[in-house]
Amino acid sequence: MSAFDPRRVRVDTPLLGRVINGRPITYLDSASSTLPPRAVIEAMDRYYTLHHANVHRGVYQTAVEATDVYEGARAAAARFIHAPGGADEIVFTKNTTESFNLLAKSWGAANLQAGDVVLVTEMEHHANIVPWFQLRDARGIDVRFVPVTDDFRLDLSNLDQLLDGVKLFSFTATSNVLGTRNPVAALARAAHEHGALVAVDAAQSVGHQPTDVVDMDADFLCFSAHKMLGPTGLGVLWTRAAILASMPPFLGGGGMIADVRLDGYVPADGPTRFEAGTPPIAETAGLEAAIRYLDGLGLENLMAHEQTLTSDALARLDARFNGRVRVIGPANSVDRGGVLSLDVDGVHPHDVAQVLDQFGVCVRPGHHCAKPLMRRFGLAATARASFGPYSTVADTDVLLDALDSAVSMFG
Amino acid sequence: MANLDDLYREIILDHYRSPRNRGELDAPGVVRTEGYNPLCGDELTVFLDVRDGIIVDIKLTGHGCSISQASSSMMSAAVKGKTVDEARETIERFKQLMTVHQTALDDRAEPVVADLRTMGELAALQGVVKFPVRIKCATLAWNTLSQGLDDAYGVQGTGSQ
Ligand SMILES: Cc1ncc(COP(=O)(O)O)c(C=O)c1O
Repeated sequence: MSAFDPRRVRVDTPLLGRVINGRPITYLDSASSTLPPRAVIEAMDRYYTLHHANVHRGVYQTAVEATDVYEGARAAAARFIHAPGGADEIVFTKNTTESFNLLAKSWGAANLQAGDVVLVTEMEHHANIVPWFQLRDARGIDVRFVPVTDDFRLDLSNLDQLLDGVKLFSFTATSNVLGTRNPVAALARAAHEHGALVAVDAAQSVGHQPTDVVDMDADFLCFSAHKMLGPTGLGVLWTRAAILASMPPFLGGGGMIADVRLDGYVPADGPTRFEAGTPPIAETAGLEAAIRYLDGLGLENLMAHEQTLTSDALARLDARFNGRVRVIGPANSVDRGGVLSLDVDGVHPHDVAQVLDQFGVCVRPGHHCAKPLMRRFGLAATARASFGPYSTVADTDVLLDALDSAVSMFG
Repeated sequence: MANLDDLYREIILDHYRSPRNRGELDAPGVVRTEGYNPLCGDELTVFLDVRDGIIVDIKLTGHGCSISQASSSMMSAAVKGKTVDEARETIERFKQLMTVHQTALDDRAEPVVADLRTMGELAALQGVVKFPVRIKCATLAWNTLSQGLDDAYGVQGTGSQ
């Protein structure tokens, strides 16, 4: 094992130098967005300082450099998720949400007819629900849900039945509310046996564990740069080259065409067909730097680190609050990411988060864009704490003290 | 620095722990209005029983954070037994209280408020303006009440039906 040390990551992360309400920031909202290391910020800065030009259109030196930055990041993203067909399988989008919309509105519209079924799960983010409902409303497809058990796992007891007649099984690798890690490869195999394709929401997994789309047996993968130490404004849709080639364009305009005449247009081949208009370019420089940084840390190491933090936090929450603070998610750290959705007895999550802010602790109150899941557990909201590569047990110390204060204030 | 004690005044915590006028009304003519704060999932239903321009009874159901719960409880206590016109006036004054003045963003200054002395215990909610993201929590009940009065008695109605 390389010497992974979260304290080194902390030194590399400028935002962790902030002082909030007189205290050093305790950032526990990495499930919403991770904090970029200096390397990412500097990569974007360097891009604007030295290379900026529009991509794909110029012959002059900096325009070529900008294109190299952009296409280099595409290749880096392909390597990062082990895309078998390389960079030609990577479509840059705005975020995970846009990746799912592209999937539904391009592949979905071309391949799904009235009566076809898309299977999702009850623990999905709205990004992997609403586009399918839109398709249902527009053309009469059916949307089915895999239920969630009382111990916060997918209920797979009726999976075969649920998969019957399904064209696409679209599910999250890691729940952004529960922390639950789903058995991606096993689910994908089951779906393929029923002739369905498989889309994986990797928003909560790419920055926290190794990703290999071949091992996952996935057909589509969606993720956001800003949840893996990269910048906002950039996401990825991966799919196998053969599927990509069959997908109709999504947005129309410049950049996505091979030809335009007075009587029509011919779309470009490959990923650019889906990248209309001037794309985020500096952000791709940031993504490539984030990938390099994560590779340097070692995603296996990060996974182990976050598992240790999660075990420790689960044990200490239980010991200290005696059930007064309930964790909405698996009770142990097996097959579980570092997301702790807290339900504090008698204290609304909004108030929990407000008191915690006084201690410089950043947690997120709300439904976390997973309202069907919240309803499943009879909750309107939780206060969610989540770990990243820079998190340490000292963050948990502060969290626990601040929670104590919230409990006694409203107790 | 905005102080938590400005937000969570004792009287607010008291209304949160023992909310007034909880429950439903189902008498004929009762107006039921739902309010919703999508940001934090707060939900509130206001039941109004207005007779001859007087709010003879008001009840509330729903859930939300301490600020939204306390504000709705205080709202119900403030308007129960009042005329519709008086209630509308109180809504207006409360909205003024919740308006973020530039000075409220300055740590040392208190928000400029028309006349706190006429506000009774509602004045305890003035600290909310120092926490701008919580203003929506405090105003939910008032917007819902306002909606209920508009729906039932017309935008400028006096409640005389
Ligand atoms: C599991 C999951 N899917 C999708 C998203 C949406 O990501 P974005 O907001 O970057 O589109 C998120 C982020 O909150 C998420 O956690």
